[in-house]
Amino acid sequence: MRTTHLLRTRLWATVGLAGLAALLTAAPALAASTDDDTPRTDAGTSFRTATEIEQGHRATASASTGDYLYWSFPADAGQRPTVKATVKLPESAAHRPGTRWRVDVYDGLRRRQSCMYGMQSRPADAATVDLACTLRPVRAWSDTWSNDPLPGTYYIRLTATGLRTADLGAPVTAEVEANSKDIGGAAAVDGTLAKPLVPGASVDSDDPDDAADSGTRAALSTAEPEDGWASGWWTDRWIWTGAGGVLAALAGIGGYALTRGNGRAPSGA
Amino acid sequence: MITGKRFAAGFCALFAALSMGLSPTSAFADDEPDRTEGPVPKVELLLDASGSMRARDIDGKSRMAAAKQAFNEVLDATPEDVELGIRTLGANYRGDDRKTGCKDTEQLYPVGPLDRRDAKTAVATLAPTGWTPIGPALLKAADDLKGGEGSRRIVLISDGEDTCQPLDPCEVARDIAARGIHLTIDTLGLVPNTKMRAQLSCIAEATGGTYTSIRHTEELTDRVGQLVDRAADPVVTPVAVEGAASCAAAPQLKPGLYTDRTGFGEHRWYRVDVEPGQELRASVSVAADRAVNNDYGVLMRAVTRHGREIVRGSEAGDGRTDAISTGLRYPKPEQDDDDAGTEAVCLQVSHSYAPAAGTPAAAKGKPGLPVELAVDVVGAPDDASDVAAFGLGRGWWLLGALVLTGFVGGLLWGWVARWRVTVWRTS
Repeated sequence: MRTTHLLRTRLWATVGLAGLAALLTAAPALAASTDDDTPRTDAGTSFRTATEIEQGHRATASASTGDYLYWSFPADAGQRPTVKATVKLPESAAHRPGTRWRVDVYDGLRRRQSCMYGMQSRPADAATVDLACTLRPVRAWSDTWSNDPLPGTYYIRLTATGLRTADLGAPVTAEVEANSKDIGGAAAVDGTLAKPLVPGASVDSDDPDDAADSGTRAALSTAEPEDGWASGWWTDRWIWTGAGGVLAALAGIGGYALTRGNGRAPSGA
Repeated sequence: MITGKRFAAGFCALFAALSMGLSPTSAFADDEPDRTEGPVPKVELLLDASGSMRARDIDGKSRMAAAKQAFNEVLDATPEDVELGIRTLGANYRGDDRKTGCKDTEQLYPVGPLDRRDAKTAVATLAPTGWTPIGPALLKAADDLKGGEGSRRIVLISDGEDTCQPLDPCEVARDIAARGIHLTIDTLGLVPNTKMRAQLSCIAEATGGTYTSIRHTEELTDRVGQLVDRAADPVVTPVAVEGAASCAAAPQLKPGLYTDRTGFGEHRWYRVDVEPGQELRASVSVAADRAVNNDYGVLMRAVTRHGREIVRGSEAGDGRTDAISTGLRYPKPEQDDDDAGTEAVCLQVSHSYAPAAGTPAAAKGKPGLPVELAVDVVGAPDDASDVAAFGLGRGWWLLGALVLTGFVGGLLWGWVARWRVTVWRTS
């Protein structure tokens, strides 16, 4: 009978671990997006007029050298956004000494965000200029005096620097795309923002009934990830810690079993 | 053993609950974009009809012909909700008198709901004639766009620099922008030379607009169309406010978007009321609407009434830029005593732009540089009690440590139990 019990215990434990493994693999899939809107073909010219794009969607814009092009996208906690920009220059605008194209990323408070990796700035010495900027992982909370990326709107600014007057106004096309790597629990910190750093958040929430009315009233930013903002309490640390508890319990049972030998009372006692 | 089985079963149930109930959910139910009917955007196309527009150097046609073709196509594609007008400069006076020539600007089609046929007929009558009074025309165009709360845009198409000095069109543009009527001037230069580029891009820069060089009809059509479409995009129009020189006199701001002007070396103070349990979020951009020195910065400080600095945001930069911006947030914790009331937080904004060498004296004084200030007051965040989320752990070291402790615990438990059995048996 005891052998059967032992077997059953092992069976239960195995089932539990299998379920856990399934959870581990399923978690990142929950963040994946499925919506497929038409790509945006314009760019804003300031923070206020930035064109909103979604992560994973390529936006294009025709512009002139010297323009400051702005886009915005939402990024949530646990993501590590990478912004990629490609500028296609006509013959007249390429090979200009001194001109550099650069991409800057700002958070919802218009604070410039540093790039971990990526060529943020390149000289305009070819027909296409590829730029990239990988932000630090977005955290759910940070101290007010730190500049850590927080969930909310992110602004992309693309422009040329070091322009001479003669280089101004030449037609160019720009493409930008923002993608995120899921960092998961490694960047899961304690605490959450009451609201993500979306500009105008408090103004918009004043009249939620108007929300459904029509599509013409302006908002500073309506950025929101596909699946809405994360509520802030989910992290794969629950799984790690839970699994640790299970394993500890099993190890405890194992240790206990070791001291009991084969489970029978010593004979002849 | 039965105890062990129950443990295992319990954990399985826990994980089932985890996997079903605890998926990431939205805490912000705002699915629909939050919009309602807004003010009407207004656009005026300002076309240079000076004598030089006769030059046949755009796709083999005259510049005027190219402009007419572009206008016709743009008029066809103009969005319904845009009020569009057309003004010419230098279209009527043929003489040599500079004074008369520099007043020569006429409204060809008034700003209002667009009648495409009328507008096209008006465009067809255009003939290249006189001077290039850009400055006066900009002033008139700004008057044409008066009224309403929507965004305003002037699209200036010119093929030559202003011939009506000493009124610098760049200064005119800056003055118009400083009226706080949300007016943007976009400029297009037809087959431009360097001096013209400098002037037109200066006009655009002064109002936050764009400058484009045009060499082909298609470019002209596309660009004008794009700019008109841009005007149709709903944007938040900021509210003009005048910051004070000290905290005590600072104007009180509610959440929203504001504009102000601040000169070189000036500080601007604003005041925001924050209740306990609320978080103040403020961001500021100071735009460089004229030639400035290569290195610059911006500083925003949140200060208590008594002058204690709470938090600051600062940023510095170098090289060509449209604006420099920074932001800060200040969560005011919930307080237990009831009499802890609203706190007036003062925001101090300063910048370290300096006028570039060789700037005309007018550009050093008023109007100051445009400041855009965004203020939000939202609920305060949860304070972090631990570095990691909920104090949970992660990683193989954690698993190893837990397994080891579990195992040691099991062993001890077993030994104690054995020892107790032995003691019981022997007694």
